[in-house]
Amino acid sequence: MSRFSKTLIALMVAGTATTVLGFDRYENVGRPATPAEVAAWDIDIRPDLVGLPKGSGNVDDGIDLWELHCSSCHGVFGESNEVFTPLVGGTRADDIETGRVRALIDQSFPQRTTMMKVPTISTLFDYIRRAMPWTAPKSLSDDEVYALLAYMLNLADVIPADFELNDQNIREVQERLPNRNGMTTDHGMWPGASAAEGGMGNGGVPDTQNVACMENCKTAVEIVSALPDYAQDAHGNLADQNRAVGPVRGVQTSEPTGQGEGPTEQSSNAQALALAAGKGCMACHGVANRIVGPGYNEIQAKYKDRADAEQYLIGKVKSGGQGAWGSIPMPPQGHITDEEAQALVQWIMSGAKAQ
Amino acid sequence: MAIDYARPGRVRPAPENFLSDENIAAVTKGRRDFLRKAFVTASAAMAVPAVARAQSAGDPAILNLPEWSTSLGLPVATHPYGMPSQFERGLVRRESPGLTRVGGSSVSFTPLQGLFGIITPSGLHFERHHQGWHDIDPARHRLMINGLVKTEAVYTMDDIMRLPSVSRIHFIECGANTGMEWGNVAVPTVQYSHGMVSCSEFTGVPLKLILDMCGADYSKGRFVLAEGADGSSMTRTIPMELIESGEVLVAYGMNGEMLRPENGYPLRLVVPGVQGVSWVKWLRRIEVGDMPYGTKDEAVHYIDLMPDGLHRQYTSTQEVKSVITTPSGGQILLDKGFHNISGIAWSGRGKITRVDVSVDGGINWMPTRLEDPVLSKAVTRFNVDWTWDGKPAILQSRAVDETGHVQPGYGQLRAVRGTSSIYHNNAIQSWRLAESGEVSNVQVL
Repeated sequence: MSRFSKTLIALMVAGTATTVLGFDRYENVGRPATPAEVAAWDIDIRPDLVGLPKGSGNVDDGIDLWELHCSSCHGVFGESNEVFTPLVGGTRADDIETGRVRALIDQSFPQRTTMMKVPTISTLFDYIRRAMPWTAPKSLSDDEVYALLAYMLNLADVIPADFELNDQNIREVQERLPNRNGMTTDHGMWPGASAAEGGMGNGGVPDTQNVACMENCKTAVEIVSALPDYAQDAHGNLADQNRAVGPVRGVQTSEPTGQGEGPTEQSSNAQALALAAGKGCMACHGVANRIVGPGYNEIQAKYKDRADAEQYLIGKVKSGGQGAWGSIPMPPQGHITDEEAQALVQWIMSGAKAQ
Repeated sequence: MAIDYARPGRVRPAPENFLSDENIAAVTKGRRDFLRKAFVTASAAMAVPAVARAQSAGDPAILNLPEWSTSLGLPVATHPYGMPSQFERGLVRRESPGLTRVGGSSVSFTPLQGLFGIITPSGLHFERHHQGWHDIDPARHRLMINGLVKTEAVYTMDDIMRLPSVSRIHFIECGANTGMEWGNVAVPTVQYSHGMVSCSEFTGVPLKLILDMCGADYSKGRFVLAEGADGSSMTRTIPMELIESGEVLVAYGMNGEMLRPENGYPLRLVVPGVQGVSWVKWLRRIEVGDMPYGTKDEAVHYIDLMPDGLHRQYTSTQEVKSVITTPSGGQILLDKGFHNISGIAWSGRGKITRVDVSVDGGINWMPTRLEDPVLSKAVTRFNVDWTWDGKPAILQSRAVDETGHVQPGYGQLRAVRGTSSIYHNNAIQSWRLAESGEVSNVQVL
């Protein structure tokens, strides 16, 4: 903290502390926030749109921004199921009329998209602004958020393709959200007061009423589900996931490795693989296979004869790119340092081995 | 009493060094025929008294002093921060393959199958991150209070750690714990079925104290927004009633040390009884308001789909739940005879008052011992003596909390909520024990 800010704080505390009892009691602990500080962090937008910034954005601008910032994870049409669950799909024109998404009644419906669930447009604006894009949250301008939201709403046919969304007409758009009437707070899992007493929910009344019966509680035991044989080893060798002493052992579900997965010395390849996983690279790139972007082995094959391959690829990691592998762009990876990018690229160009 | 020397740990005694390491490995696998052959070979070369001693003297783990009894050990501070024994390395946090596709928005599960008592070791506390985790510099971390307060305020970590603190033991459970099992059995062990619950001693300042300092408007401000400092700046709405009760903490300590980075270092909200997503990590801001906030994690995720197509919104309380951890799925009992059935129970509505265990799939039940301490909104350990006769069995536990709410069966839960809600599955867990001693995950209505 700078000398300047200390002085500033002293002035502010002197000006306001006497008006608040708590600050007297805990003298010299905490200080009033400046208006600029509150404005910098108070970014939430409520369902009644308190907190919504002024601005606007249209569907066309949204398309361009989407392809740059969003399509690599969410697909060009918000439909991708590769990295995250789909954003768009499963809603129909009737739903926009009723405010209830009919597909939600069909329990066999494969996947619930964001547009099938979200009841409040504030939620979408708030979340995109605070948390997106994935690797560079809070980097979008307010107008960019309006444009991206306009494109997403257009994909779900909530607004037409020539629409410009702004801080005024967003209230009308709220009235077209397909699942705006799809929520209930009539349940016992809100720990505060009931709706009748100014809170939400039913005041904590559970919806199941089992009894603690002790003898002859039923006549037969029916097993309705068991782990299928093919899934026995889907979680690895269970013998390696249990203690080697005590009343039980883990069941041997595959060849013993002779060790658990505890802390051990890692090879440089293993470290690079862990880095790739930890930095989110593996969400879009497999080692041998394409996911959203090319597999690491494909990248190695394509650039192995290029003299400046390492520097070129480090640049791609840091700054992103589009066109070398198709139309889906790779966003800039600002969360990866130069050293990390170099380690990743060297690992990729040496074959991206696991060990 | 006959001793079966073929069993692990009860290797038949023999003259020292007459078996190679390789031979010993074969013996421990029960190759008694091999043992006899090797023993005959060895005994032919040895004096008779030695043979006699070898046949009757006892366990080589006792008779042959191990290297740790006959050599110098390591000095103090070899590991400035101590680590578990090398033999415990199987008990670590693990992901469930295929559950998520991005490690930064994923879950790792606590190995409940190997834990004792009620406290989760900090390094084994389950993880759930929404946009990756950071190791935040505490000197640059701030907590802001704004909204319906007389004085909007900023606190440094120095400030917060100067204030009067409390230390309390509470469980934290992700709302999606056991979520993979709503429709059918999906995972093999208790780590994956129930491992998104942990229990720790948290140290911090009651949020009410800080809101009092700032002059919160408790008549209008019935809802509080908590916000994290990570990339997702995750937000959830907290009921003011819980804060007024003094239970909600702004916590920096966990199990006697600072929070681990994965658990919100240097500051997180502790909201006892409420699902983990509301225990906002890397807490940077508290806003007092007059309505709930409809954030992404209470309007798109952490909403419970009901059979009529409606979602329950703002579901927060973790209802009464229990699970047997020993023996549990993916384990094998070494023998018939005495076993201590042990498990954990917890409720977001208060203390656990009883836990009953069934070994016949829920026809008959027996009461268990609740081990001290039994604390409100904390994990409680239960134990019950049992002699296994070697026949198939189905083990279940059923907890009751101080409100009288009894943990439901799968049939009861599904009758109300269907099978697609993902969240808040607190059904009675069944473990099937086969004659072989193998325990597997099954569901019983």
